[in-house]
Amino acid sequence: MIKSVAWRNIWRSPLRSGIIIAAISVGMSAGIFTTTFTKGWMNQRLEAGVETEASHIRIQQPAFGENYDLKEYIPDSNLLSEKISNIKNINGVSPRIVIQSMIASAETGTGVKIIGINPDKEKTVTNLYTKLSEGKYFEGVKRNPILIGTKLAMKLKVKLHSKLVITVQDANGNITGGAFRICGIYDISNRMYEGTNVFVRRSDLSRLTGLGKDVSHEILVHLANPEELDKETLLLKASYKNLKVENWKESMPELGYINEIGNLYTYIFVIIILLALGFGIVNTMMMVILERVKELGMLMAIGMSKARIFSMLMLETVMLTFTGGFTGILIGLGATYATMEKGIDLSNYAQGFEEIGYSPHVYPVVEVKTLIVIVILVIITGIVASIYPARKALQYNPAEALRTE
Amino acid sequence: MLRNEIHLQISEAMNIIEITHLHKIYNESEVKVHAVNGVDLNFEAGEFAAIVGPSGSGKTTLLNLLGGLDSPNDGKILIDKTDLSKLKSSDLIRFRMKNIGFVFQSYNLIPVLTAKENVEFIMHLQNQSKQERENRSMELLRAVGLDGRENSRPNKLSGGQQQRVAVARALASKPKFVLADEPTANLDSKSTEQLLSIMEELNRKENITFIFSTHDQRVVNKARRVITLEDGKVISDERKR
Repeated sequence: MIKSVAWRNIWRSPLRSGIIIAAISVGMSAGIFTTTFTKGWMNQRLEAGVETEASHIRIQQPAFGENYDLKEYIPDSNLLSEKISNIKNINGVSPRIVIQSMIASAETGTGVKIIGINPDKEKTVTNLYTKLSEGKYFEGVKRNPILIGTKLAMKLKVKLHSKLVITVQDANGNITGGAFRICGIYDISNRMYEGTNVFVRRSDLSRLTGLGKDVSHEILVHLANPEELDKETLLLKASYKNLKVENWKESMPELGYINEIGNLYTYIFVIIILLALGFGIVNTMMMVILERVKELGMLMAIGMSKARIFSMLMLETVMLTFTGGFTGILIGLGATYATMEKGIDLSNYAQGFEEIGYSPHVYPVVEVKTLIVIVILVIITGIVASIYPARKALQYNPAEALRTE
Repeated sequence: MLRNEIHLQISEAMNIIEITHLHKIYNESEVKVHAVNGVDLNFEAGEFAAIVGPSGSGKTTLLNLLGGLDSPNDGKILIDKTDLSKLKSSDLIRFRMKNIGFVFQSYNLIPVLTAKENVEFIMHLQNQSKQERENRSMELLRAVGLDGRENSRPNKLSGGQQQRVAVARALASKPKFVLADEPTANLDSKSTEQLLSIMEELNRKENITFIFSTHDQRVVNKARRVITLEDGKVISDERKR
């Protein structure tokens, strides 16, 4: 009955309760939507970073990463790739030649990282082949095809099928060059990557540089089950102690922090919302109690214990908070589900986002763990906000309270 | 000697309330107010008593002290041999719930509950079963002439009807006595008449003790004992035959 009384008490003043419930709902729905939006955005960046750029695990000579020395290659890399690809839970392996070089169009030139790949094998470790905005993935150009990013195409002022000249150091330390024709332009909404990474066939690059056919600077490994990333990294590290085996969390630590930063940002945002709402709830409940002093006096007079009065008022506050909180969560989730299919287009601000590697088209994502944390935070807010008003109500003595007009 | 002892024992057994040398002083303003000033009174079971007196004479304060809603500065109140001043706050609340029924001037019903739920509320606090609550509340609402209105909320009832619900609520816990603070002050004459008849009948048939504070001459006329207070002192205590 106390629960029923508490619930009905909330609706004594539908306008006042409605306003505070609406305030909580708006705050919470904004909090939830921001959370799912941020999560989606961060996940997209993470996915792009891993699935398009870094893959799951990278194997190099230990000294290669320091200065991209041409000679720091993995000999017999084809055999090694073959061996690794036979390991259970590994669904793709791609050996790559990676060279720092200059690339020039008829108009201008710039420094880039040239990555020599086996196009078919590369498909098993990254999804770059799905990101072409123009042209085809190593098709349509017979001799020396090259895949460049949108940003680089703009910078070099070139189009599909334009010619580019690559200048590299060969295996003997001599400067050499080769002409390549653009077969495709990729767009991964990360302008920095697009501006500095070009892809050519590994065979073309090894011919140009004089490196052997079996030589690679890195081997990318893609796992069937990304959950086993740490375990598989350790196994490969143990198997190839003379090589540097790194998973994406080690090679691109900034990607690993995205999730943590996103969660932290989300929680701080939600806590600030709840803190502000908590003060609003306390204020409303204080008004409620001041209006009901006489009634509280009557309840004490007829024998309702202070503990029961305290519980009743706490229940009222908690119910008020939960009603608003859960309505807000449902609205927030509704907004998320309504937008998660088609995404939210922020193209008007695209340039800024793409410069730092974030897609302007965001697909919100619901993460159960985050949702549970937010629900717990709402529960805590309700309980904490209920304590002060309920305690205040117990300070009256029944005779004094009954005299109140 | 023996006769005197027997007489004393009989007299003590019949007194459900014994008030001895009761004082209550309010220090809320700069001036001390001696609201109850050395009151000695006894009430027997089954009394239908009115405490009268001008405003500020101490009627409500005396009722509050009797109901354990306030504590005296001096003196003693024994209810069925229990000294109220010896009870801890939590025990006093339980004692009130079990032994004392309250009827207030402005009804003080819980606005969000129906008439029946208002009556049942105190029984719920006493952890009585649903069936017991149902039976007793309906029985009491019938007794105060409100069967058929049990599902009405207070705002759908007239002042007189609300006060009758308050009387039913006061009796729900089967108290030893009912304290009614100016119960007719907000009622018209017809409602006052109805309420007094109901209380008189409950008093006569079920031997329920009623103690009123009142200004209302109609209540005074019905009362079988009239205690007059002035400046916190009992100046007369008349029993009608």
